[in-house]
Amino acid sequence: MAKQPVDYGALLSSIEASFPMVQILDKDGNVVNKDIMPDLSDDELVELMRRMVWSRVLHDRSMALARQGRLGFYAPTMGQEASQLASHFAFKKQDWLYPGYRDIPQLIQHGLPVSKAFLWSRGHAEGNNYPEDLHAMAPQIIIGAQYIQAMGNAVGQKFAGKEDEVTFTYTGDGGSSQGDVYEGMNFAGRYKAPIVFFIQNNGYAISTPREKQSSAATLAQKAAAAGIPGVQVDGMDPLAMYAVTKQAREWAAAGNGPVLIETITSRFGPHSTSGDDPTRYREQESFDYWEQRDPLIRFRNYLKEKGLWTDETEEELIEKTKEEIKQAAKEADQAPKMKISDFLKNMHGEPGQNTVDQIKEYEAKESK
Amino acid sequence: MANLTMIQAITEALDQEMSRDEKVLLFGEDVGKNGGVFRATQGLFDKYGENRVNDTPLAESGIGGMAFGLAVQGFRPVMEIQFFGFIFEVMDSIVGQMARTRYRTSGNLNLPAVIRSPFGGGVHTPEMHADSLEGLMAQSPGLKVVIPSNPHDAKGLLTSAIRDEDPVVFLEHMKLYRSFRDEVPEEQYTVPLGKAAVAKEGSDVTVVAYGYMVREALKAAEKLEKDNLSVEVIDLRTVSPVDYETIIKSVEKTGRMVMVQEAQRQAGVGNTVISEVSQRAILSLEAPINFVSAPDTVYPFGQAENVWLPNAKDITKAIKETTEF
Repeated sequence: MAKQPVDYGALLSSIEASFPMVQILDKDGNVVNKDIMPDLSDDELVELMRRMVWSRVLHDRSMALARQGRLGFYAPTMGQEASQLASHFAFKKQDWLYPGYRDIPQLIQHGLPVSKAFLWSRGHAEGNNYPEDLHAMAPQIIIGAQYIQAMGNAVGQKFAGKEDEVTFTYTGDGGSSQGDVYEGMNFAGRYKAPIVFFIQNNGYAISTPREKQSSAATLAQKAAAAGIPGVQVDGMDPLAMYAVTKQAREWAAAGNGPVLIETITSRFGPHSTSGDDPTRYREQESFDYWEQRDPLIRFRNYLKEKGLWTDETEEELIEKTKEEIKQAAKEADQAPKMKISDFLKNMHGEPGQNTVDQIKEYEAKESK
Repeated sequence: MANLTMIQAITEALDQEMSRDEKVLLFGEDVGKNGGVFRATQGLFDKYGENRVNDTPLAESGIGGMAFGLAVQGFRPVMEIQFFGFIFEVMDSIVGQMARTRYRTSGNLNLPAVIRSPFGGGVHTPEMHADSLEGLMAQSPGLKVVIPSNPHDAKGLLTSAIRDEDPVVFLEHMKLYRSFRDEVPEEQYTVPLGKAAVAKEGSDVTVVAYGYMVREALKAAEKLEKDNLSVEVIDLRTVSPVDYETIIKSVEKTGRMVMVQEAQRQAGVGNTVISEVSQRAILSLEAPINFVSAPDTVYPFGQAENVWLPNAKDITKAIKETTEF
């Protein structure tokens, strides 16, 4: 028999082998890859931990507020603190963030007041009315659409000759199946745009497990088809997340084009507070497995070992954060009642004839 | 004044606005070296270089996302969708995202993008190239939808569209591209968005049309002139938002109206116009409003186009029905 022209099995294995997972801290906080340890000062290490703990408290309080009916739509973040906050930690204030709806912690760390995040969740216009110096878009609802918009933003940064300024955007394992995700990466590669794309692979798109999204062994390898580098990172490891993201940002800012980072992470809770029950699609073993890999456990152990963190530090921070969140929720309660006439005025810079009539009609109703 | 075709007038508008404002960027499929499949961007790649006129990968949704992000970064993107039948691929970017941005951000962020696209039937394209889908856009709050009917308006309307602070869908009827020439001033000028034009004055009946159907309506009006019927033809020019003042003023004068669109009866913008006129001017009407449109089928196979598309004959018949009512 003649030799087969292609060894398809070997081809597939070689693709998978090209995308190993980067890790620095193991699940217990032991350093397993000293060579790539990021250059972070003690203060920076503590700050990163503070942000992750802050995010956990934000999650806990948001769940409670949602139960009380004081929040609208909320997508839980517990378990994804390293994936979200340690990646964000590598970006600068001038960088542009195009978040998905689960990326509220990064948005707030980028400069969005917590009260506005709550207003967004409640469905109030003020939640999207951002401070001028906040380089971020409102959370994207259409899965994957943020990838193509972020790409356009980065192409714009490049055309405008912006220096040391990049764009970063997040989607999930479900989002990675969207055509827009490929189009965003492919355009960004073609224009060599300064952008870092994240796929936070938390295992489930609502209930659909990762393996039903794609037969690709990794989601990082989707970068290869766009001709851009892709890397898989332990998304429960804050140091690996930070180190890989920082390098990706530098690569993009230096004019080399985009990078795709797949973070292997887990959400410990439901998809959203709108009635999702994860026990319908997820076994107890899965929760147990991932909770042992909690990013807070390993980073807490690591910092305690270095003498940088105590239980008292954490308790104090938790109480302080709870108080801040309480104040933010109160502040959100003070938001003015929305007016349909304002909506009409915000449809166009110059209203059309029919809109002018409708503005008058609603202003009359609203003045009663 | 130069004697230009509509496609030449469009190229001139793009060229002059690019030269006036360096934030204007053109991009899309084959718009660079090739100058676009209809040559709308002819010569602009050589004149302005690759950063300002560029060929994108072949993906409409990506083109829409790119326009969005570029606008956020302060550019004035003018994106081309090669044929309007491909618009479904980029509906989210245009209707879901651009059109909602000003509203979504309480006016903090506006999206000054132009979506240019050839549309309309009668030029024997392959399937999915010639649909009249302007109704889908016109029904989307937050968008302006502009359709010129002649070279002069095309230049002035496109210039206004690029300078507008909100997303504008600019639809260029393929049959108008090279079918006739018009006197077009060489200097820059604008034709306002949201304002209809009285293409021909008359006193017996008002015909409201847009795009290529304005040509057919004018043909019908000219023919009926010989029968001593005085037909007023209104060219909408912008189909969203519609200039109802001009229409109502005309209907109050003539007392009769015929709506004409190339799109199917259930599509286009005719139904909206008729509904508004019925509500605002019913007491001025001496006959039911007539409606000339294509039938409610999928856009037809190429060899059936000529019997499917409305034409001057259909319009003439409808005008007679209305005036003889």
